[in-house]
Amino acid sequence: MMINNDRFRELNSRSFHSNLLPDLVITTEIPKEEYLKKCTSACAGCSSSLILRYVLKAAGQDTALVVPACCTSVIQGAYPNTAMNVPVYNVAFASAAACASGMSEAFRALGKKTNVIVYAGDGGTLDIGIQSMSGAFERGTDFLYICYDNEAYGNTGMQRSGATPIGARTTTTPTGKTVEKKDIDAIAAAHHLEYMATSCSAYPQDIFKKVAKALTFRGPTFIHILAPCPPGWRYPTEKTIEMGKLAVKSGMWVLYEREHGKLTISAPSKAAMRKPIPLEDYLSPQGRFKGIDAKSLEILKQRLTANLKALFEEEAAA
Amino acid sequence: MKEISTGNKAVAKAVKQALPKVVAAYPITPQTEIVETIADYVTSGQMDCRYIPVESEHSAMAACIGASITGVRTFTATSAHGLLYMHEMTNWAAGARLPIVMANVNRSLGPGWNIWAEHTDAMQERDTGWLQVYVSTVQEAYDTTIMAFRIAEHNDVLLPVMVNLDGFSLSHIMQPLDTIEPGDFIPPIHLPYAIDTKNPMGYGGLTTPEHHFQFRWEIERSIRDSEKVIRETEKDFAKRFGRKYGPTENYRCEDADVILIAMGTFGKEAEVAVDILRKEGIKAGSMRIRWFRPFPKLDLAGKEVVVIDRDYSFGYGGILAHEIMAKNEIKVYSVIAGLGGQEVTYDDMAEFVRTRRIGEEFWFGVTKHV
Repeated sequence: MMINNDRFRELNSRSFHSNLLPDLVITTEIPKEEYLKKCTSACAGCSSSLILRYVLKAAGQDTALVVPACCTSVIQGAYPNTAMNVPVYNVAFASAAACASGMSEAFRALGKKTNVIVYAGDGGTLDIGIQSMSGAFERGTDFLYICYDNEAYGNTGMQRSGATPIGARTTTTPTGKTVEKKDIDAIAAAHHLEYMATSCSAYPQDIFKKVAKALTFRGPTFIHILAPCPPGWRYPTEKTIEMGKLAVKSGMWVLYEREHGKLTISAPSKAAMRKPIPLEDYLSPQGRFKGIDAKSLEILKQRLTANLKALFEEEAAA
Repeated sequence: MKEISTGNKAVAKAVKQALPKVVAAYPITPQTEIVETIADYVTSGQMDCRYIPVESEHSAMAACIGASITGVRTFTATSAHGLLYMHEMTNWAAGARLPIVMANVNRSLGPGWNIWAEHTDAMQERDTGWLQVYVSTVQEAYDTTIMAFRIAEHNDVLLPVMVNLDGFSLSHIMQPLDTIEPGDFIPPIHLPYAIDTKNPMGYGGLTTPEHHFQFRWEIERSIRDSEKVIRETEKDFAKRFGRKYGPTENYRCEDADVILIAMGTFGKEAEVAVDILRKEGIKAGSMRIRWFRPFPKLDLAGKEVVVIDRDYSFGYGGILAHEIMAKNEIKVYSVIAGLGGQEVTYDDMAEFVRTRRIGEEFWFGVTKHV
């Protein structure tokens, strides 16, 4: 099912006018069609496959996915089977955005409007893929880049990435990471994208809405989605949704969108920031933060405060 | 139409006439003139094509891959470090069975920075599944580029083709060029597994050993089948346009006692050396290897062989010499010459033949016989 612009505007304005009950209104609008089948080989409690489910529902049938090396390379299943009901082009780690550039240009040359979506992990985005992503943004490639961020190299067994927060234990930072998470959103914003957003797997309506909106733009768009990971973050599999909500409710992860440079903080984050929960409530259920040192914790808190301040000020200024 | 052109411009003209839909490229000396010329064709409306100015060669090949899988004709050009930087993606292009055509302007590898001709860059790509052809004149660069699209896209091949031309000594020199109207010589591209959102498929996903092994054999089978496709394409080209090409270009080989083998511009220069040697009463011939992958069958029975390598595999030897020795179970006189653009004249080549020591290796200008 394709989401056309008119339908999206209608959907968007309705949700806008029913701010108090946004979930109820929009839930009915999410198409029943499934493009990610139930037979994935994802880990139990995987949030990235949950995200992808809603991404594809928003994008619809006329979509091609470009996937660099990441958990999704495995989640889609092994040849000759696939759990995906859209074409999925798997490509080398550093090359997803460049591959999408070629694909998008070729589709347009053929007169096709097919959505080209990169679905990449944090390693493939913040680290090895940052050059090709930056290049594709700068060139104005007509595509949507989605980074699903589980804050480490999950597919290879949880090594630290540029997205791993300070203090988090990974298999290559066994005593906790000593440097901060890279601010990929600021880097993306520096490319003057017409539309960019953040989201989180615990808010499927938010994902659906933002993906649908991103695909109404011509040119590059970017969505950065937090993807809690039970084996990597070391929490019970049934807590995946809860973990995403705690990230947002603590302000550690902020949902927003920036359209034509104008920032709007999304409803769940706005609501959460009226009365944020302590950061410890988000960190303590996660094994990766067990025994975090006081200095790292303090840096996390300072960054959280500074980030919220900057975002709310930017929104107020707009 | 007759004109004067550089090797680079001749390649660009051939690409223009092949009507690709997407060209993605990154500048590098001595290739840059190719992509500059194509960018100019696209910008001025002479080519109905998307030109993607990527930020690296890795991305150039990635963009060609992304474009090619939609079923459109795709081209790029590179050289030396650019070629090696895209090495991961050249493997991907061949493994994904995408008929991308690429011009590689052969150049040495750093350090130190040296921009002149050498074949080591392309030799490091020899095991990727690409077809490789080495040309020796501006005309041949043009003709071979046109043929490359037809060969790559043939349904019995569906593998990428690399057209190699020597940096500066061919890329930047001016020679006469007779351009053609290809007409239907290159049929419309039809990629049987192009992306179709109405019939979605997975590409390049997780593959078990059993299937991976099968896919690798299919690449080998197709590269073997490409010999016939190349032969037919070159034959049809000769019939339509009057210029003949083959897996090798042989000069005065029939009655020769000693054969001088080389690739690229050296291979053409060797013909002059042969004439000099013949005047001296030495029954020499020259054999220029054009298609390096698939590697041609050579008729060397009963001949002495001198091979000039403009490349080297450290700890092993001249790559072309060793491929010839292994394929033909013979010994050769292996001359390493022309690395980093070292000047080698036809007189030097004649001297290699005169002073040949079969079974030995000689580094021109550096060592005595070793």
